Amino acid sequence: MSIEFTRREFIKISGLGLGGLAAGGAMLHAFSGNGQQETAYPEVALADFSEGTATLTPTVCEICFWQCAGWVHSINGKPWKIIGNKNDPNSNGRLCPRGTGGIGAYLDNDRLKTPLIRTVVDGKQTFREASWEEALDFIARRMQKIARKYGPECIALFTHGSGGTYFKHLMHAFGSNNITAPSYAQCRGPREEAYLLTYGEGVGSPERTDLRSAKCIVLIGSHIGENMHNTQVQEFADAVAAGSTVITVDPRYSVAASKSKYWLPIRPATDMALLLAWIHVIIEEKLYDDEYVEKYTTGFEELKEAVKEYTPEWAYPITTIKPSVIRETAREMAWHAPATIIHPGRHVTWYGDDTQRVRAGAILNALLGSWGRRGGFYFPNKAYVPKYPYPKYPKPRHSWREAFPDQYPLANLSIANGLRDMTLPGNKKGCQFKGWLVYGTNLLFTLPEPQKTIEAIQNLDLLVAIDLMPAEITGYADVVLPECSYLERYDDLRILPGRVPSIALRAPAFEPRFNSKPGWWIARELGIRLGLQKYFPWKNIEEYLDTRLKKIGSSLTEMKEKGVLILDEQAPLYIEEGLEPEFDTPSGKIELYSSILESYGFDPIPRYTEHEQPPQGYYRMIYGRTPTHTFGRTSNNPILHETMPENEVWINTRIAKLHGIRNGDYVVLINQDGVRSNKVKAKVTERIRHDSVYLVHGFGHTDKRLKRAHLRGANDNALITRVAVDPIMGGTGMRGNFVTFERIS
Amino acid sequence: MPRYGMVIDTKRCVGCADCVVACKTENNVPEGYCRDWIVQDVQGDYPDLYMEIRSERCNHCENAPCVRCCPTGASHIVEGGIVLVDHDLCTGCKACIAACPYDARYVHPEGYVDKCTFCIHRVREGKDPACVEVCPTKCMHFGDLDDPRSEVSKLLKSRPHHALIPEAGTEPKIFYLY
Amino acid sequence: MHEITITSGRNLPHIDPWLTIWGWEIPVYLFLGGLVSGILFISAVFYLRGRADRYPTIVRVGPLFAPVLLAVGLLALFLDLEYKLHVFRFYTAIRLESPMSWGSWTLAAIFPLSTLWALIHLKYVLPNWRWPWPIIEKLIDFFSGYSRAIAWLLIIYASLLGMYTGILLSAFNARPFWNTAILGPLFLVSGLSTGVAMIMLLSRDEAERHLLAHIDIFAIAVELFLIIHLFMGFLASTQIHIEAAKLFLGGPYTTEFWVFVVGLGLVLPGLMELLEVRGKILPTRIPAILVLAGGLLLRFIVLEAGQFSQWTF
Ligand SMILES: Nc1nc2c(c(=O)[nH]1)N[C@H]1C(S)=C(S)[C@@H](COP(=O)(O)OP(=O)(O)OC[C@H]3O[C@@H](n4cnc5c(=O)[nH]c(N)nc54)[C@H](O)[C@@H]3O)O[C@H]1N2
Ligand SMILES: Nc1nc2c(c(=O)[nH]1)N[C@H]1C(S)=C(S)[C@@H](COP(=O)(O)OP(=O)(O)OC[C@H]3O[C@@H](n4cnc5c(=O)[nH]c(N)nc54)[C@H](O)[C@@H]3O)O[C@H]1N2
Ligand code: SF4
Ligand code: SF4
Ligand code: SF4
Ligand code: SF4
Ligand code: SF4
Ligand SMILES: [Mo]
Repeated sequence: MSIEFTRREFIKISGLGLGGLAAGGAMLHAFSGNGQQETAYPEVALADFSEGTATLTPTVCEICFWQCAGWVHSINGKPWKIIGNKNDPNSNGRLCPRGTGGIGAYLDNDRLKTPLIRTVVDGKQTFREASWEEALDFIARRMQKIARKYGPECIALFTHGSGGTYFKHLMHAFGSNNITAPSYAQCRGPREEAYLLTYGEGVGSPERTDLRSAKCIVLIGSHIGENMHNTQVQEFADAVAAGSTVITVDPRYSVAASKSKYWLPIRPATDMALLLAWIHVIIEEKLYDDEYVEKYTTGFEELKEAVKEYTPEWAYPITTIKPSVIRETAREMAWHAPATIIHPGRHVTWYGDDTQRVRAGAILNALLGSWGRRGGFYFPNKAYVPKYPYPKYPKPRHSWREAFPDQYPLANLSIANGLRDMTLPGNKKGCQFKGWLVYGTNLLFTLPEPQKTIEAIQNLDLLVAIDLMPAEITGYADVVLPECSYLERYDDLRILPGRVPSIALRAPAFEPRFNSKPGWWIARELGIRLGLQKYFPWKNIEEYLDTRLKKIGSSLTEMKEKGVLILDEQAPLYIEEGLEPEFDTPSGKIELYSSILESYGFDPIPRYTEHEQPPQGYYRMIYGRTPTHTFGRTSNNPILHETMPENEVWINTRIAKLHGIRNGDYVVLINQDGVRSNKVKAKVTERIRHDSVYLVHGFGHTDKRLKRAHLRGANDNALITRVAVDPIMGGTGMRGNFVTFERIS
Repeated sequence: MPRYGMVIDTKRCVGCADCVVACKTENNVPEGYCRDWIVQDVQGDYPDLYMEIRSERCNHCENAPCVRCCPTGASHIVEGGIVLVDHDLCTGCKACIAACPYDARYVHPEGYVDKCTFCIHRVREGKDPACVEVCPTKCMHFGDLDDPRSEVSKLLKSRPHHALIPEAGTEPKIFYLY
Repeated sequence: MHEITITSGRNLPHIDPWLTIWGWEIPVYLFLGGLVSGILFISAVFYLRGRADRYPTIVRVGPLFAPVLLAVGLLALFLDLEYKLHVFRFYTAIRLESPMSWGSWTLAAIFPLSTLWALIHLKYVLPNWRWPWPIIEKLIDFFSGYSRAIAWLLIIYASLLGMYTGILLSAFNARPFWNTAILGPLFLVSGLSTGVAMIMLLSRDEAERHLLAHIDIFAIAVELFLIIHLFMGFLASTQIHIEAAKLFLGGPYTTEFWVFVVGLGLVLPGLMELLEVRGKILPTRIPAILVLAGGLLLRFIVLEAGQFSQWTF
């Protein structure tokens, strides 16, 4: 079968149950004969505690990427609740609200139910339901066709989430290493590179910040408390309770700001000026840790010279932060050093000079001597579990790198938007991508400049979306594969860095609902169809996991009982504990002055550059998180949806008055390029600067199959039609878009 | 006889609503309903702002107007001063809803009135309520207000605190530390 | 600025954003309860004063409607229950602190009493009417012998019913606008006034109507006095109560209350009745209808405003 489309339309409606069934081999037990209509599936309800005794299954939460371990409680096979695993250093027995509501991911009846294939009926594009066999055969044939014609490298994998492991393996086996995730160029890429350049090591995830022992915490746009990365929030609360000084730099009065001794409502896009002024004060007032600086760093004199001009008085008109406040906060940081953390942030792709901005913070940390110190940054331990013995992967001939020969020289990971751009017509270098496998990432919501993403998709021969929900990306796919939720599957072991080395297991608590399948099964079945059997020597995941676990003297049986295992070998965390820090930089020291940046022609010491400010009548659109949602993936979760069914646009009271907007009115946001948002409720508040508006990311879904989330709130990403790209590593600065309002009567 | 109460540290609370979500799953609260909720109380003008975040629920009032006004005895007080609704006795007359200044009660879709039970099924087993157990910032404390050695008593003794709408005279048993 | 926001998406049906747990059923019931209490009260009073023959509408005709109107009120009350199967639970407990319990037991007493009262007077109003079952006749004859005792009981229970309809709401401290002791007497007097108006509509006798008008003018005067005190009381109280009063002083209920309830429902009919008694204008049914409409509206507004008013202003 072959279907060619001149243009992929976004399919909003659910698929037809026609035909595919008869054509498919394996009958779908859940479907009736003709399947004219979507089969009605029974709703699953939560169990009540009075119904019986609970069965516990270990899990690792997949609602975000923090990967907390917990126990799924079920009663007579019915879901009840999920509670954190007390032995897990990454949750300490307490999940965040999203993890607690994770059971809704299983309950949601709007989930993808069966494989879908794009087809044309009466001249209109639509999906038809297909069997797994048919869908996988279809994909394998297409992939092989692309590989024959263009090479296997011309298929890219976009992946985010723990189930991606098997698809990455599949891609490597197939002969492509064009694998990418939005967690780099749209998230923490600049941070990792900045710390790598400075300390020879990244910050990593979970962050190695010793928040719980910190005496002074500086948050620059890090909205911990709304950003619900679990142990980070737990430790932040411990620090606040212990009376630590918190300094929050945010144009919005965030939850963290409300816990702070100092809230610095900075003019957006000017953080670099503040950071440089802080460095200036710390050096001029000799507040730095001279012993530490002397022993571990290089480039101090150059730094001192470079920041001479960046006085607090210079920074004042730029940032709107008073010189006295800049001096006072700098002294406060030094007072508590080395138990002072200039938090490196996580989603740091803001204005295009992000690597440099984060580096300015890294330099401050070095001056305060907090890297490798208690209350600063610890040196993490990570468990080692040998890999499953696979045959060697074939060597790909092309990589995404070739397309950017003189750009983003310091990108250590692939740039998701870069791979997208290489799919656009006119790309001459490297691979011209013809196929995308998209696993667990909703590219239309995730990559800025969504207009380009849609354009790139038109240029593909194959787009496969492996997802849990009918996310926007599935509406553009040729084949949609429904993965079962994390509560219905095994996944690879969780091995994370932390204070103690730990591993954790995710085991299925329930049978997959509908006709969904676990990722490992999908990848393996596809591999077999692609003739890659030798890369999938295990029959099932239990065998795979048991093999790995046996190598460290454990077993699947043990892990199913314990959920989490703490390994013995533990290295010291801090210099105070006898740690001998090593710095994997060219100089072997902390590079205040970066020789690598210099060699590539970038500023070796951060410098202030000005960014565009909104024109008259427009406001900078900034965005962030809300505690009970993860991006767009939870907005249809029946439990979490209720806690926040739609996002609101935060507008300063004065500005709202100016535009005649009252609290609770609905408005449409229009950006500088004329792009209009869905209608969104106004939150008129004193909690934001007059020059900015704020949206929580992940709302305004357009797929009708998401019955709860459909057209609730506004999608920030649709309004991000411009980006400022970081020349160092390719990160996409997304906060340079300006919007105005239109009231809806 | 204990006198149960809750002490919530607003300094630690980040308003994440984990307590709300945990209550829903623990107690199978139907979709669209909740027994606890989060309030953000902001005072001041930009940029001089103060915010208190509170996790609120039934206060298990000492002087509970909901119990007094209930014509059938469905709303009643059990051990430890926990205010409960006996579903079998409830007519759904809603007098108790009108009587509660905290709007802590609602009509369950099955017709009876429902609200926070202080997770009595857990308390009887010596456990903390579900919301307390789950709170990632450990800002909630549950215990016997009459026992001077209990954590709640110690906290109330050592830190300034307030309760909600004391003017209503209900003598609420949930306290918020400043 | 003071921003208070519920940020966990709470949206409880009929609780948020403000209380709407009670719809039309409760005000209709309160209205009918008050009206019936008024009818029964004056009927019993004039009966005991031996005026049954002089004022037959007051003593005998009015009460015929009482059980019927009460039944309609009770039906409304029943319709309001969320757990209708459990209605019998009102009668498996006596809760002395609960006005609603008092109310349900009062109703349990006054409904049979009012039925009996109506039956006793039925044979005077419809002398040719015969019950198909002689036993009923016998029973009625038996109870007629205790008419005075029944009348006394009626006075007690009608007062209880009238007061209870007011106390029911004012017992809810949680709703600032109901949180006043004046609601009880106000509803009691308003019940009397509407009861009187109802009989006025039925009466064809000039003297009787004059008497009724006199009573009504008095009732209206007392009501106006109570209303003024109600607001003075609120304004002299806490901020919460001042806010509650403001709902009627410039707030959303201002026009409805002052124009329709006070203006058209009290002042205008009061003036018309005054002119009527002085023989300045011809008697009509208009004031009676206005009083009834005003009484009904009063209960709707008080019920809604009470639910709207909250502690956390
Ligand atoms: N405009 C804008 N863009 C952003 C951001 C922003 O704040 N604003 N944030 C950026 C950041 S920091 C990041 S990290 C990225 C995150 O970007 P993404 O990881 O793409 O984020 P989600 O929207 O959560 O998309 C996840 C997709 O995975 C699906 N999914 C969930 N669970 C499973 C599962 O178990 N299996 C499978 N197969 N699929 C699953 C969901 O249904 C959803 O479609 O976005 C970046 N892009
Ligand atoms: N609940 C929840 N938690 C999450 C996630 C989620 O989806 N939901 N996602 C997780 C992921 S992948 C990531 S990367 C993190 C991201 O979380 P963070 O790294 O903490 O946050 P950011 O998105 O960088 O920043 C958002 C904050 O920056 C402020 N801001 C906007 N512009 C500026 C500016 O110019 N200067 C300054 N100083 N501040 C500014 C905003 O007002 C907002 O408070 O969150 C993680 N935690
Ligand atoms: S932080 Fe929350 S959502 Fe993320 S993994 Fe942990 S419990 Fe799950
Ligand atoms: S779970 Fe704890 S921190 Fe979160 S809102 Fe509830 S009380 Fe506050
Ligand atoms: S908070 Fe409300 S429901 Fe709870 S005891 Fe007090 S009055 Fe009753
Ligand atoms: S609704 Fe139920 S619990 Fe509430 S007062 Fe009426 S009978 Fe009592
Ligand atoms: S004590 Fe139990 S019932 Fe009450 S709010 Fe907490 S979890 Fe819910
Ligand atoms: Mo991220």
